[in-house]
Amino acid sequence: MSRIEKAFDHGKAFIGFVTGGDPTLEKSEEFIMEMVRGGADLIEIGIPFSDPIAEGPVIQDANIRALANGATTDKLFDMVASIRKKTDIPIVFLTYLNPVFKYGYETFSQKCQEAGVDGLIIPDLPFEEKQELAPIAKAYDVDVISLIAPTSKDRITKIAADAAGFIYVVSSMGVTGVRSEIQTDLDSILKLIREASDRPAAIGFGISTPKQAKEMAGIADGAIVGSAIVKIVEKYGDAAGPHIYEYVKSMKDAVMEA
Amino acid sequence: MSKGRFGVHGGQYIPETLMNEIIRLEEAYEFYKNDKDFNDELNTLLKEYAGRPSLLYYAEQMTKDLGGAKIYLKREDLNHTGSHKINNVLGQCLLAKRMGKTRVIAETGAGQHGVATATAAALLNMECEIFMGKEDTDRQALNVYRMELLGAKVHAVTSGTMTLKDAVNETMREWTSRVSDTHYVLGSVMGPHPFPTIVRDFQSVISREAREQILKLEGKLPAAVMACVGGGSNAMGMFYHFIPDKEVRLIGCEAAGRGIHTDQHAATIAKGTLGIFHGMKSYFCQDEYGQIAPVYSISAGLDYPGIGPEHANLHDTKRAEYVPVTDEEAVAAFEYLAKTEGIICAIESAHAVAQALKVAKEYTPEDSIIICLSGRGDKDVAAIARYRGVEIYE
Repeated sequence: MSRIEKAFDHGKAFIGFVTGGDPTLEKSEEFIMEMVRGGADLIEIGIPFSDPIAEGPVIQDANIRALANGATTDKLFDMVASIRKKTDIPIVFLTYLNPVFKYGYETFSQKCQEAGVDGLIIPDLPFEEKQELAPIAKAYDVDVISLIAPTSKDRITKIAADAAGFIYVVSSMGVTGVRSEIQTDLDSILKLIREASDRPAAIGFGISTPKQAKEMAGIADGAIVGSAIVKIVEKYGDAAGPHIYEYVKSMKDAVMEA
Repeated sequence: MSKGRFGVHGGQYIPETLMNEIIRLEEAYEFYKNDKDFNDELNTLLKEYAGRPSLLYYAEQMTKDLGGAKIYLKREDLNHTGSHKINNVLGQCLLAKRMGKTRVIAETGAGQHGVATATAAALLNMECEIFMGKEDTDRQALNVYRMELLGAKVHAVTSGTMTLKDAVNETMREWTSRVSDTHYVLGSVMGPHPFPTIVRDFQSVISREAREQILKLEGKLPAAVMACVGGGSNAMGMFYHFIPDKEVRLIGCEAAGRGIHTDQHAATIAKGTLGIFHGMKSYFCQDEYGQIAPVYSISAGLDYPGIGPEHANLHDTKRAEYVPVTDEEAVAAFEYLAKTEGIICAIESAHAVAQALKVAKEYTPEDSIIICLSGRGDKDVAAIARYRGVEIYE
């Protein structure tokens, strides 16, 4: 069983996101360990990118903070290697395709394996283009995670059937960010996914409250939260650690009730 | 390899949320490009509304002064709205209407594409929102007001470098949040398939006309055609029907800003490397980690860190040449054309004029060169004055 599969083998999963190197690499590592302590089942680390087209303002700003403070792909590999010494939690990178392409698909995948990165979520790599990376990553035991959106409709079956690791269900139209309401008919999407795949599916985009997390984890196998955690970093800066722990704990508790 | 490739370039690197919309767009385009009613309507608009065919003007003063090839100017600046952008916009807006869309959104750099989109939206009774970098809304304030007069809502984009690439980012974000009634009128031969093909096809009217016009005037093909290149839509339109004519040199002129030895340029072919951004694989100005580089040009329309995938392939296959032209050279050419021919062209187009000034003497009067004058320069007068140290307030 892969580390990613293990994240889903003991009830509903809570997946937390931070932008790597926001505000600094040292603090990022500390925040990730707080998420682990708070009960997160899988950690998503964003590789900061100059032009994150799928992100809303909160994560855009985190990208700017991280890049301004010197975060690079190599430094994030070092950070993951350091975290790996302390925990066996599954870790995936959220990255745009260009930083991976420019690094070299083969070298990047190999570095993921060496550092202990289990998967890659790439918002600008749709099903049609996935084959240029997925087989190479797979050779290094790195899963390229598939995303399914509210507009996917007739595409859901083929995407789910081909999925590795877990399936990332995008809850809403638009970019990442906190939303008061999620209106997509997620039950129907999950039904189609279940028919096509036995991979676990987690819902992300727009989730911030324990109530929402519980509701989403009730529909799927887990809930993914990004912007709400990054907002805590934005608000408290270097002192965000304890606040992240409290928040993640409350969200994990909510997910477990689902 | 996926669809929409030019050699290794192109593809569809976009969020899943947009994939079905892009597939629908491709299907609609494949149908309507061969539909008689659609083409009749588009051709009527191009003729009656945009003022096509555009003139191929023999620049006699310039030719005499340079003492080499005969210089011809393809006068896209005389189109309605003042640039080549209207060719693509009328096509895409008609297509969007056929697809049942009621709202169009677009990015703009200098404002030419934004003005053209706002114009077509007004004409075709569609809602219109334009995304423009904050830096560009400042340097092209007149175009912002022009778009508002036409009924468009203009958003000043304050993320990133606040220029064209950020305007594209923001328009893509907007499209991701609302696709059902909205078409993204992409302004250049870039982005995910099918945009590079759609925009090239709509712009190829430039070379279809120019090829016929020059054959009629000169009885033979030109020695070279040249055009400025940001994303590359006027250049692709100017090159397209000459691509099979191997004896015609195709020259794209990139913005070298303060020089390609500095970090203040937008010369993608000269200094960029292969990457994947804005939905396409192509060449981009970027760092070793694939972070997109801030670029610079005096011209807001060429201030873009990438180039369309078909250009990238024309470069790889050596069918076209791409040369860097600095701010200083472009401004000098802008002034030269004004004084010599009485034509104030866009600072973007002045990059192509500058290249012609350099190479005209390599040819004899038996040869001809066509420069694509992609836009008119009214919008640039204040900026050029500032460049020359004269403060003018609009």
